[in-house]
Amino acid sequence: MSAQAQKRASFADYAPAATGVGTVLAFFLIMELLVQTGMVNRFIVPPPSEIIGSFGRVIVEEHVFSRFLQTLIECLTAGVMLTVFGVAGGVVMNRYKLLQQACETWVAAMASAPIVLMYPLFLVIFGRSAWTIIMMGFLAALPPVILKTIEGISGTRKVLVNVGRSFNLTPSQQFWKILFPAALPNIFVGIRLGLIFALINIVGVEFLINYGGLGQLINDLAERYDLAGTYAAICFVILVSVLFFMVLEKIERWLRPVD
Amino acid sequence: MAETGRLTKVATPAPAIAPVTLLRVAIILALLAIWEFLSHSGWLYRDVVPSLLAIGRAVVELLTHGEYYFNLGVTAAEVGFALLIGGGGGVIVGIVLGANRFLAKAYEPYLYYLGPTPKIIFFPIMIMYFGVGPESKVALGTLSCFFPVALSVTAGMRSIDSILIRVGKSFRANSWQMVTKIYLPAMRHPIINGVRLGLGVALIGVLLAETKLSNKGIGFLIIQAYSIFDMPRMYAMLIVLFVLSIGANALVGRLGGLHTIRRI
Repeated sequence: MSAQAQKRASFADYAPAATGVGTVLAFFLIMELLVQTGMVNRFIVPPPSEIIGSFGRVIVEEHVFSRFLQTLIECLTAGVMLTVFGVAGGVVMNRYKLLQQACETWVAAMASAPIVLMYPLFLVIFGRSAWTIIMMGFLAALPPVILKTIEGISGTRKVLVNVGRSFNLTPSQQFWKILFPAALPNIFVGIRLGLIFALINIVGVEFLINYGGLGQLINDLAERYDLAGTYAAICFVILVSVLFFMVLEKIERWLRPVD
Repeated sequence: MAETGRLTKVATPAPAIAPVTLLRVAIILALLAIWEFLSHSGWLYRDVVPSLLAIGRAVVELLTHGEYYFNLGVTAAEVGFALLIGGGGGVIVGIVLGANRFLAKAYEPYLYYLGPTPKIIFFPIMIMYFGVGPESKVALGTLSCFFPVALSVTAGMRSIDSILIRVGKSFRANSWQMVTKIYLPAMRHPIINGVRLGLGVALIGVLLAETKLSNKGIGFLIIQAYSIFDMPRMYAMLIVLFVLSIGANALVGRLGGLHTIRRI
């Protein structure tokens, strides 16, 4: 009885995931049929089998891994800058309450402005180089890191702050021993969000200015009218970004204490 | 206690100008002064940091020309359509996924992980499907704003108070009545939040697509200013665009009554 129930439970566990995967597979199958029967123009939508077939070609001939590395390095550079400037900005703003009151709404407003549209300006300042891409990723992703840092530090539990006070800690000790460790989980949320924003903007700007890693690959293939290759490259970029988010999530969960 | 609290509050005279306002003005003035100094110092390439006067003149020139409003209209219409199609689709998908646990488990992970991927890379495909006109920009905007709206509405559906749903069911409301009388009013907050997020990404999607390939719209004007190296005009356009987008974002939040909800 219990074995049966267990079997049923495991089936119920896997059924939704199987439905999801099944839908995706069915979609590809239907597309393949539609294209093969000529109901969908194959010069607009290449058949999925052709896309899968071109994966190997794109990976080998287009140096996908070195491109991936290039995008990753740009992203990590932006990430380091985000961590340094974003967290420092949040800490300073939290330290001087007046500054926080004056600027926090500005930072929040920045988050809703289309900062990535400044890329032509950065093209003029930095030229068509990796720095334009990195700076764009950095700037577009800065607001969430600052805001989450402020949220983390100001959300420190009163009890912890009082413990610090009762030990007569100096302000710097209070910060390093109490406030900063308490804010770390929130700061990591901010950095994770920042890295996601940075990746989106970096790939986007690479595509737009036709320079650098994975974004340029898509632009290149599209301009050569290599449709199957373009689709394969887009799938590859999506896969890479999804993997990137998953890894970040895992790291964050690993760092976050059980509370 | 409450009485005395109120009395002391009234008794403390408020300073003529709040220190926060003073600091804000000081920061803005300092930034403007640094900018003007840099533009005259000759340390940076000429025209990269044009003088404030030139930027101001460019803003006035921009706002007094009909051409800008035409292009603004084009972009606004593209974003509007994108929000309508993508946002509408997002609300429907969100309600379906939020109401059905099985479907949510099956499809929500795809939404969750596809949501934050860069959408601009789909632009070559959109051009193939919809041509080089405004349709491909609308399509990209639609794709961008579908995900945040769908995710926000799905989460919103789950957070609806179960009492409300039971009330609807005990009145034997049909599905349509449940959606219009219970779900949508109860989810006003997450929907507006989703639309705000969606508006932001739709705007970015449309504008970036315009900078890549188009012959009208604000994105086109910006890239045109870049290609003829008219820096004051580019700054002017970015400033006006930022003000407009921040304003639109705040407006959506205000119309949705986000501030009243927060106060409660």
